[in-house]
Amino acid sequence: MSKYIIRRALSLIPTMFIIVTLSFFLVRFAPGGPFSSEKKVTEQVLQNLLKKYHMDEPLGKQYLRYLGDVLRGDFGPSFRYRDSTVNQLIAQTLPNSMMLGTIALSMALFAGIGVGIVSALKQNRWQDYLAMSFAVVGISIPLFVIGPLLQLILGLKLRWLPISGWITSRDGWKTLILPALTLSFPYFAYIARLSRASILEVLRSDYVRTARAKGLSERVVIGKHVLKGGLLPVVSYLGPAFSGIITGSLVVESVFAIPGIGRVFVQSALNRDYTLIMGEVIMYSLILVTMNFIVDIVYGFLDPRISYK
Amino acid sequence: MTNEVILQVKDLKTYFTVDEGLVKAVDGVSFDLHKGETLGIVGESGSGKSVTNLSVINLIPTPPGKIAGGQVLFHGKDLLAMPQAEIRQIRGNKISMIFQDPMTSLNPFLKVSTQMIETIVLHQGLDKDAAKQKAIEMLKLAGIPAPEKRIDQYPHQFSGGMRQRVMIAMSLSCNPEILIADEPTSALDVTIQAQILEIMQELTKRLGTAVILITHSLGVVAGTCDTLCVMYAGRIVERGPTDVIFEDPKHPYTKGLIRSVPRLDVENSERLYSIQGQPPNVIDLPDCCPFYPRCEKAMDICKKKYPAIANFEQGRAVSCWLYSGAKDE
Repeated sequence: MSKYIIRRALSLIPTMFIIVTLSFFLVRFAPGGPFSSEKKVTEQVLQNLLKKYHMDEPLGKQYLRYLGDVLRGDFGPSFRYRDSTVNQLIAQTLPNSMMLGTIALSMALFAGIGVGIVSALKQNRWQDYLAMSFAVVGISIPLFVIGPLLQLILGLKLRWLPISGWITSRDGWKTLILPALTLSFPYFAYIARLSRASILEVLRSDYVRTARAKGLSERVVIGKHVLKGGLLPVVSYLGPAFSGIITGSLVVESVFAIPGIGRVFVQSALNRDYTLIMGEVIMYSLILVTMNFIVDIVYGFLDPRISYK
Repeated sequence: MTNEVILQVKDLKTYFTVDEGLVKAVDGVSFDLHKGETLGIVGESGSGKSVTNLSVINLIPTPPGKIAGGQVLFHGKDLLAMPQAEIRQIRGNKISMIFQDPMTSLNPFLKVSTQMIETIVLHQGLDKDAAKQKAIEMLKLAGIPAPEKRIDQYPHQFSGGMRQRVMIAMSLSCNPEILIADEPTSALDVTIQAQILEIMQELTKRLGTAVILITHSLGVVAGTCDTLCVMYAGRIVERGPTDVIFEDPKHPYTKGLIRSVPRLDVENSERLYSIQGQPPNVIDLPDCCPFYPRCEKAMDICKKKYPAIANFEQGRAVSCWLYSGAKDE
């Protein structure tokens, strides 16, 4: 087992190397550049800018320089936010997105699994139909509709919750509720459908029939024999879901005025802010591969049929 | 085998509602099971063997299934009218089951010990350690080598035959009065089949357990069963002591089945006999003898009405117009 973990951890290195290399060149080959939308600057100023950021050097040399910086943990200065380095920008925004994402995903997980179990057990009855129509709505309505709708009802009409802001404002933690709710909605819907489908499959399996034939109560049959197998697909979904949700959402951050990383990410892409794009891509990939790695290991503990050698 | 009847199935009817109509999977099945008796139920796929036995312990998935009528009397108490809490005390305890596919019948996520102990603790009121000792003892009886080590393994670490031994050990661990074995050897290699049947027979004899053995193999029945029920399209067409039926089958379907078995003592110059035609589509079956399209002795009346049961000596019963009609005349 520990051998497997070490081997998997080592295999992350070439993966990350390929990601860094590919995204470095892809970003550079995109039309435009970090200074192409600047107000008119003289040729001399532009040359000075390029020189300052080493962009006058050949691409290969820039790449090697960048690789060296990244290995030292330095993502370089941002091309657009002149006073900030990429490290600073990520450090300012990523924790916010992580906190919001973790809360949202926990909510989605509890609600999704709960609803999934209930609709599987009440298959084709009104509870099931209600839950699954709700889930379809959750998947199909875009966040920029759900967000303002929640703001309108819970914020403006009922005045229960603040409509925007961040925990540093005077509303404190209450500001988290609406954006977390909005962000969790599609994840909740997906998890509910996923767990319903796999629990239904397990319910029809032979070993559940055996458990019932042994005279176990329905509570033990579900709790001990059904849930473990039935929730495994949710575990494997958690890896990509977690890395997706904590890296922020442009829509939710814009609607609720949250200082998160999602907005910075999209802005950096539009600005061709090479170093910032790269920094974010690397962060995102690192979180994604790490999460998948963790999920794989957890899976090994949950499913005895999987053995790691 | 004594004469005490422990299980009485009376006119059992189990129907399934599907999109195409009503499937009468079991339509008026009756039989008695005596203490210590081994009763075989044979029939082709879809004849209602398994549904009959799932109905006996009221484990038919509803919907789409529904027990539409009849009684299952266990020591005189109707299992079908019992509340769930009460029948759960009987399932796995007084009446236990073994299923066809040992590869899927054990929970892959739980150790064998967990699965065996939970049954014993539930029904026998033992504590966990005592239950584990009992489980190990049962595995040993079922012929599993080094049971004290293997009990803490997961099902996937056992071969198919070994898993079926685990199932047998588990199902007999509460000394049930009845063991329902639903094609216990169909999914196994031929060489393993004989071993499993032998173990099952030996253990049930020792514990005095009555067995309902569901199978489509007449060879299995001939070697193990005291009594035989032949099912066709949801009904029992012939019933009686196994040796008598093999000696002198009355129903044309039973005759056909017995003739279809390859035999070592007959010269194999002839082509092996097979019953012509296909099993009937049991959706919305009319009230005729469902076997008549394939029957060599079909008469006009066979198409119109299902034959009444004709009784013979030694507790034999046959549902066929060849006999029911003759008795009326």
